Amino acid sequence: MASSVIIDSLKKAHILELLADGKRLDGRSLEQTRELSIDVGVIPKAEGSARVRLGDTEVVAGVKVKPEKPFPDTGDQGMLICTAEILPIAHPTAETGPPTPDVVELARVTDRGIRESKMLDMKQLVLEKDKSVIGVFCDNAVTDHDGNLFDVCSYATTAALISCKLPKYEMQDDLPVKIENETIDPPITTIPISVTMARIGDNILVDPNMDEWSCLDARITITTNSDGNVVALQKGGPGGFTYDQLIKCAEISIQVGSKIREIMKEATKGSN
Amino acid sequence: MGGRDTNIVLLDENGIRSDGRKVNETRKVTIKAGVLKNANGSAYIEFGDNKILVGVYGPRDVHPKHMSDTSTGILRCRYHMTPFSVGDRKNPAPSRREIEISKVIKEALLPAVILKGFPRTAVDVYMEVLQADGGTRCAALTGASVALADAGIPMRDLVAGCAAGKAADTVILDVNNEEDQAGQADLPIGYMPNLEKITLLQLDGLLTPEEYKECLEIGIDGCKQVYEIQKKALQEKYFSTGDDKNG
Repeated sequence: MASSVIIDSLKKAHILELLADGKRLDGRSLEQTRELSIDVGVIPKAEGSARVRLGDTEVVAGVKVKPEKPFPDTGDQGMLICTAEILPIAHPTAETGPPTPDVVELARVTDRGIRESKMLDMKQLVLEKDKSVIGVFCDNAVTDHDGNLFDVCSYATTAALISCKLPKYEMQDDLPVKIENETIDPPITTIPISVTMARIGDNILVDPNMDEWSCLDARITITTNSDGNVVALQKGGPGGFTYDQLIKCAEISIQVGSKIREIMKEATKGSN
Repeated sequence: MGGRDTNIVLLDENGIRSDGRKVNETRKVTIKAGVLKNANGSAYIEFGDNKILVGVYGPRDVHPKHMSDTSTGILRCRYHMTPFSVGDRKNPAPSRREIEISKVIKEALLPAVILKGFPRTAVDVYMEVLQADGGTRCAALTGASVALADAGIPMRDLVAGCAAGKAADTVILDVNNEEDQAGQADLPIGYMPNLEKITLLQLDGLLTPEEYKECLEIGIDGCKQVYEIQKKALQEKYFSTGDDKNG
């Protein structure tokens, strides 16, 4: 994925040179994200869907719903599973075949942000305790890759879940039966927003694009909820962070996250 | 977090945790360096009830060859749980969780190791979890640092691992398995105390900005305690007074 892209050394030198003056290659300020567009309901056959474009990175997410037997230790909760894959159309380095560690990380970080925020009230997705629960599957397909897949997959998942319509099920003779033409709104409790930052030298850059991603020293993805609390976090990349940088990153994530949350609310308004 | 309902009292009225610890206390950590004959470097770590064996091979030829880098040596890490390490038997094939942990541990160790002097080679770090009880990634990272040093790999610092977290609405140090399953947040940290750099950081669970800060502080403090035990393990092997004939 991104780390395997060999960046032109001249371009890298230029990025570093600009950063010394607090500037970025595409003219953004350090804490500015790329332009974000969110469209929901783009795949009518899915119970919920979204196409999210952040700069030149694009992800299509779809929600599918199916009754499941719950895990033995969480029989009183519904099931939520998020995945992600980079389609071979997304980038010349993207390949078919089993997922690389980068893609496994992408899917798990996306899942963790949604899960740990408790965005969906899982207790409301139980048909019969320990027997049958509603399984919500949100699959992300990366269609265009210009860096920072973590945030785009997270936004696509969030938008698809907010705008989804869950089919209605009833237990009949111990089996879940779908009630045709009836849906319920998803039990949304909060809107998680992830913000990924790159550290290049002593600079913290919000929403790194592919060029910046290729020369970052370390990165961090911090997900916050509607109350401005931190719910999930993942550090990556070959370098580290100081304590002060981590405190700053959390503050940036809360600030930038609240702006993106407004865009998310606007884009999903009326869909539920 | 797991979100499982249990009857365990995570914190009693005297501020004592389910395993008898205070909120800011780590579990007992013991490390022994150089425990394997064939590996170039190795360590055995017990972090509470976690038991982990780490072996380091290299610098050595890279297979497959296309992975090699002409400008530097590469680091490869495998975190693996044995099937008998947990309550229900674990499938021995690498899970997605293990693939992710291998990656974050590798990225936690990369800032510490200096592999420029070994172009076209690989250093392989194998971490085998023999028994797991919460906090295995921190324990594995801690052991891996000692094993790398034991293998004579040039390093800027050791990376020490320790988690902070939240259970029963209280910030706690070194989250154990029960606290991970029934608690509110788990924040594993990898830290290089000499360079004051955090190289591993993950979180699941909810923390307010103040709790996040508090967790980072208490976690870094835990890492510093673990760091002393790492250094002691290396001193015992390399600077012992000669009482131990095998040393």
